[in-house]
Amino acid sequence: MSAVPDISGHFGPYGGRFVPEALIAALDELTAAHESAKHDPVFTAELDRLLSTYAGRPTPLTDARRLSEHAGGARILLKREDLAHTGSHKINNVLGQALLTKRMGKQRVIAETGAGQHGVATATACALFGFECTVYMGEEDTRRQALNVARMRLLGAEVIPVRTGTRTLKDATNEAFRDWVANVETTHYAIGSVVGPHPFPMMVRDFQRIIGVEARQQTLDLVGRLPDAVVACVGGGSNAMGLFHAFIPDESVALVGCEAGGDGVETGRHAAPLTAGTPGVLHGARSYLMQDEDGQTQDTTSISAGLDYPGVGPEHAFLRDSGRATYSGISDAWAMQALEMLAKREGILCAIESAHALAGACDWGRAQVAAGRDPRDLVIVVNVSGRGDKDVDTAARWFNLVSAEEIAEAELVRAHEGEQP
Amino acid sequence: MSARLDELFARCRSENRAALIGYLPVGFPSYDVSVAAMLAMVEAGVDAIEVGIPYTDPGMDGPVIQVAVDAALRGGSRVAHAFGAVQAVSPHVPTVFMSYWNPIEKYGPKRFAADLRAAGGQGAITPDLIPEEAGSWLEAAAAEDLDPIFVVAPSSTDARLAGVGNVSRGFVYAASTMGVTGTRAQVGDRAEELVTRTRAQTDLPVCVGLGVSNGDQAAVVGRYADGIIVGSALVRALQDDGVDGVRRLTEDLAAGVRRR
Repeated sequence: MSAVPDISGHFGPYGGRFVPEALIAALDELTAAHESAKHDPVFTAELDRLLSTYAGRPTPLTDARRLSEHAGGARILLKREDLAHTGSHKINNVLGQALLTKRMGKQRVIAETGAGQHGVATATACALFGFECTVYMGEEDTRRQALNVARMRLLGAEVIPVRTGTRTLKDATNEAFRDWVANVETTHYAIGSVVGPHPFPMMVRDFQRIIGVEARQQTLDLVGRLPDAVVACVGGGSNAMGLFHAFIPDESVALVGCEAGGDGVETGRHAAPLTAGTPGVLHGARSYLMQDEDGQTQDTTSISAGLDYPGVGPEHAFLRDSGRATYSGISDAWAMQALEMLAKREGILCAIESAHALAGACDWGRAQVAAGRDPRDLVIVVNVSGRGDKDVDTAARWFNLVSAEEIAEAELVRAHEGEQP
Repeated sequence: MSARLDELFARCRSENRAALIGYLPVGFPSYDVSVAAMLAMVEAGVDAIEVGIPYTDPGMDGPVIQVAVDAALRGGSRVAHAFGAVQAVSPHVPTVFMSYWNPIEKYGPKRFAADLRAAGGQGAITPDLIPEEAGSWLEAAAAEDLDPIFVVAPSSTDARLAGVGNVSRGFVYAASTMGVTGTRAQVGDRAEELVTRTRAQTDLPVCVGLGVSNGDQAAVVGRYADGIIVGSALVRALQDDGVDGVRRLTEDLAAGVRRR
């Protein structure tokens, strides 16, 4: 399993490079830079230093004792990526890519973002390294994640709302690729997930695998054995690949991915390509995707901007087909219930993305118990990939936490703010 | 019997001029008007036509073509319709598809090639398919005697230019600048250098696309390229002035490639 990808970036039939010829030179340059950096002790020491003194690693593993009853009695351990600097796992990847940008002598970084977490992480790293930074974000997402737009601008980044197509992450990614084709000689495109053309799926996984490396050791230290399952949400799939990768050789550990089930996978209104999609090519790689019979990308539905994406990383497609990992869709309603549960029972306000993983962990624990496992023997690690500050507005509406008058007033203020440059 | 690309380039060479290749997407602003506009291009002197298959995520295209293909898809343009357009124009001039890879992969490369051949098409330009990933397409195209046309860019190394030359047939598409489709005030000066570098690696005709929008530019680029490819400017003409606009622009471009 560890032999993937091959030298041309293929995970079995998935991955590869489906991009304009103009980008090949830059992808080759990046592949070579990543390859040499991996074996350069100066590079790895610098990355380790940044991860510990700047990003706050290692992140803790929290024993969430009050959640057990929701998971059939299984013990739930939370990997706290929400406590990393900038509030999500995205910083791990971005610090690695920023160091590579410096190594390649480039001065400008562009990124796509959905929920804004990758955009914030990229803006942060660019501030730290002194790079010029442009972030593409679907207009629809700039509305539902306005807080992160403000954060990026405070950090000195230019945020460009994308008004083409569905005005979400997919279209932001198209726009970032167009910028890159035109400026590739001076600009690095810091892709935020394990998607895109080779080497991105492999490189982003390598920068994120520290999540699983830490979680594996922390679980051994805490409970004296490996967990029975590790669970993560999957949009593009970077936090999931980061958690899963160190556990792939541990065959006793189930790898469980939770996709955005939207209104319910059975309704067709979701963002769950591994659960209900078919293989195809999007954004530079072959993987599972949501497409119609003509190969046109389909619209997706999810309450979570970070999971609202029709594609998924090629290594997940490979893990799915091999049976090593399993994936299912978690509905908006179930994810929001899990979010509330974690807030009220453990005092942790997680991102809506991460709430999908918590809901999936509860499902997995109950299913094991229903199948006859003793819940006292079950240990599940859940990746809390990000914190929920950015989602308070969405949650307030979902749970009717504020009155209609308060919402109307807030929208007036926002409309006014929207007029500012 | 449909017209062939190799015969076209031989004729243009004997006339000491570059070929004019025009692009329009199927279904913009409607299927009927898009086909009428392609036929108007034929009447106005286009030498070959690129029939565009609309795609939801056209990463190589700038805003003009994006907006047009979005509208075509919203209007119900389907991959199957594109074969109809090829059938309508291929009796008059050599006709190729321009398609991103996923619609071809989903259709099935073999069936796609067979249906394209049956419609009278000569080949296809695939802007997001590099030779390394093109195994199934090269096989399908060879089985139907179609021309697979790949793109080279200013950033391509000589080794890559040779690789593209080895697998391409018909012609090589030279992207004039680093960027997406769209009209530009000037075609980049890297275009001529790219054509020269490509010719050193292959005997195929080399056609220049990206940024050519009028007869003057066609005349300049036509002095060093075997063909010029015009897309966004024709789409914009269709959008702004309808089929007559396409006809007028094509006449201007056709005069441009004949200017000495």
